[in-house]
Amino acid sequence: MTDILMPALSPTMEEGTLAKWHVKEGDTVKAGDVIAEIETDKATMEVEAVDEGKITSILVAAGTEGVAVNTPIARLDGEGEPAAEAPKEAPKQEAPKQDASGDPEKQPPEAAKPKPEGEGAAPVAPKPTVELRDPEIPAGARMVKITVRDALRDAMAEEMRRDPDVFLMGEEVAQYQGAYKVSRDLLQEFGDKRVIDTPITEHGFAGLGVGAAMAGLKPIVEFMTWNFAMQAIDQIINSAAKTLYMSGGQIKSSIVFRGPNGAAARVGAQHSQDYSAWYGQVPGLKVVAPYDAADAKGLLKAAIRDPNPVVFLEHEMMYGVEFEIPEVEDWIVPIGKARIRREGSGVTITAHSRMVGLALKAAEELAGEGIEAEVIDLRTIRPLDHETIVESVRKTNRLVTVEEGWGPMGVGAEVIARVLEHAFDYLDAPPLRVHQEDVPLPYAANLEVLSLPSVEKIVKAAKAVSYK
Amino acid sequence: MARTPKSGPSEGKTPDTGVNRKGRAPDKAQLTQWYRDMLLIRRFEERAGQLYGMGLIGGFCHLYIGQEAIAVGMETVKKPGDQIITGYRDHGHMLAAGMDPKEVMAELTGRAGGSSKGKGGSMHMFSTEAGFYGGHGIVGAQVSLGTGLALADRYRGDGRVSFTYFGDGAANQGQVYESFNMAELWSLPVVYVIENNQYAMGTSIERSASETRLHRRGISFNIPGEEVDGMDVLAVVEAGAKAAEHARSGKGPYILEMKTYRYRGHSMSDPAKYRTKEEVDEVKKTRDPIEHLRERLEKAKVSEEDLKAIDAEVKKIVAEAAEFARTSPEPDPSELYTDVYLEAAQ
Repeated sequence: MTDILMPALSPTMEEGTLAKWHVKEGDTVKAGDVIAEIETDKATMEVEAVDEGKITSILVAAGTEGVAVNTPIARLDGEGEPAAEAPKEAPKQEAPKQDASGDPEKQPPEAAKPKPEGEGAAPVAPKPTVELRDPEIPAGARMVKITVRDALRDAMAEEMRRDPDVFLMGEEVAQYQGAYKVSRDLLQEFGDKRVIDTPITEHGFAGLGVGAAMAGLKPIVEFMTWNFAMQAIDQIINSAAKTLYMSGGQIKSSIVFRGPNGAAARVGAQHSQDYSAWYGQVPGLKVVAPYDAADAKGLLKAAIRDPNPVVFLEHEMMYGVEFEIPEVEDWIVPIGKARIRREGSGVTITAHSRMVGLALKAAEELAGEGIEAEVIDLRTIRPLDHETIVESVRKTNRLVTVEEGWGPMGVGAEVIARVLEHAFDYLDAPPLRVHQEDVPLPYAANLEVLSLPSVEKIVKAAKAVSYK
Repeated sequence: MARTPKSGPSEGKTPDTGVNRKGRAPDKAQLTQWYRDMLLIRRFEERAGQLYGMGLIGGFCHLYIGQEAIAVGMETVKKPGDQIITGYRDHGHMLAAGMDPKEVMAELTGRAGGSSKGKGGSMHMFSTEAGFYGGHGIVGAQVSLGTGLALADRYRGDGRVSFTYFGDGAANQGQVYESFNMAELWSLPVVYVIENNQYAMGTSIERSASETRLHRRGISFNIPGEEVDGMDVLAVVEAGAKAAEHARSGKGPYILEMKTYRYRGHSMSDPAKYRTKEEVDEVKKTRDPIEHLRERLEKAKVSEEDLKAIDAEVKKIVAEAAEFARTSPEPDPSELYTDVYLEAAQ
């Protein structure tokens, strides 16, 4: 003898009306037979028998309203299987459910509460077992001049030599040698199996890349610009970033998505956007935005080796800029570590990618006016190295954030939130944000300049927080 | 990646699938196995529906009832190492691929014993061991991913094939055609299996597709395709073997349009008002894949006792799966922050 229970027919149903019985007491039913109709707030649904047997009694009459889910509605004389019994309560593991009453005693224990990134006990990114540190530059190492473009190219070439599972795909990466020549000579060295020209089909090839990564390869997917990756953002977030979690750790996506990000020059609104904050919000992704050649090379090599999906944001205006880079074998810069580009005690300025250059110039001007700025190059947007920032603000007591993207919900907003969480009492002035004006990037030369962050805007903000 | 020159008609051997190309009937053992595997899916899904009704399964739950012949038939064609990937109507595929019914059911109930430790749910299960790459909730996304699995197969040259499933609804997504283009361009070993169950949620194919013969959707990419009776496991196996052979031999992708029907609503909360009860009943009465096979088994002189023994075995497996799914504990709160990232080697 088993009870037939009032079923839930939608994710939100708690009760319903038992509209009609299709069987009467004494009827024999088999699995799949429609036995009743139930009305919910949304629809009328049929209820099918799951077991075979004879209906011995009907417990809830047709037309009864407000029948709670899991109320016995009829009794079946069958073989009686455990699944037809009232559901056993799941053995609870003190799941971290918030109690709506706000009663502190009903709140989950401290250990079970979700922690925001960086609160230590529940790291969003696993805490590295060793301290993240830039590679040592051996005494006497030769410094060579190299463009950011070639540094990125060298990083890919070195990793492709090292690991046959690494390959590059994207538009114009092979025969054309890269739309911005970042993949120059790679086709010649590695052949068309490992340097793959794709059709103009971002959504599709990003998905192919993630699929290949799920199968264990280590693709580098180049977007001609990150603006075009908007077509592919579903695959980056829903497939690459989430699958490790959704599979309980079974399926990894070791993949790098890379390309130029941010505003170039006079290319208009659709080709000029900084995606740092967009991707920086997504758990499962790492987001890197280097400034100089040494970081571009070292961080890209780290990204390619990383077992997680990495969004690697380059800058078109930086590709041709030359920097000195130490001639060191296997130059790898750890993801997740900010770099203090200039030390100072007057004000902390954070920036990433091309904005680091502007911040450094601003610092020089500020020095002329007696303000010593400490410039922090974030380098990695996610996981954000807020320890370095917080430590700096504890010293300078003032903060200005700089980014090329829009301000609202931006990287600067996040940096400031972290500083407020960890160093509120150390602040001597409300932090300020320098960012692109809150408009689509205009084409006209003068408006474009007005819209973007500038040395002047940074200097002004730094003076404002210094009350000067 | 260079385009692979197309070879002529396959000289390869007919794959050993239990179905003789000349039309000789498959042996009794093979028929019985298919019957058991299809029945397992049906009983499992019925029980999942029941557990949903009891509130043990939450959110979305898309049942495979009516479509069993496709997953089971194609599994016969699959070789070790081959990959499968599908959308959200995935329970049947996982069972056919050999994943443990207990782990699948426990994932549906969101328990620690689930195949994704309870963190994936109905639409997000995976098993590298079974070659099952999900379980994807974004309609059509699995088509690009499955083509990427085939890209990896081609890259490694390991002779594997990616079986990429999608429905008539997904067949209208743009990335499907982006993937078709690259698959044919690079001769990737992928078999696209379109499970055309006639309804994309509540929209019939006639109301959503300018060309309803979905096997023709590859024409402009030079991908061959054919229509298959997806309610007949033998037809599925025969067509599947041919398509897999095409892909495996380096000739590139192949499209199989499996004409099928889902008996239940799109998900548990779908009252299915967009079709008549008579339409559903007619399919159940005349085209049911399991009944169809059962008749064949009777003709092949499989005894009533043997069939009853299979019924009992399946019932037991499903009952055990349900019991496991109800008693397995919820995931430990400490699992909240695991599997977000893998630690990078230093």
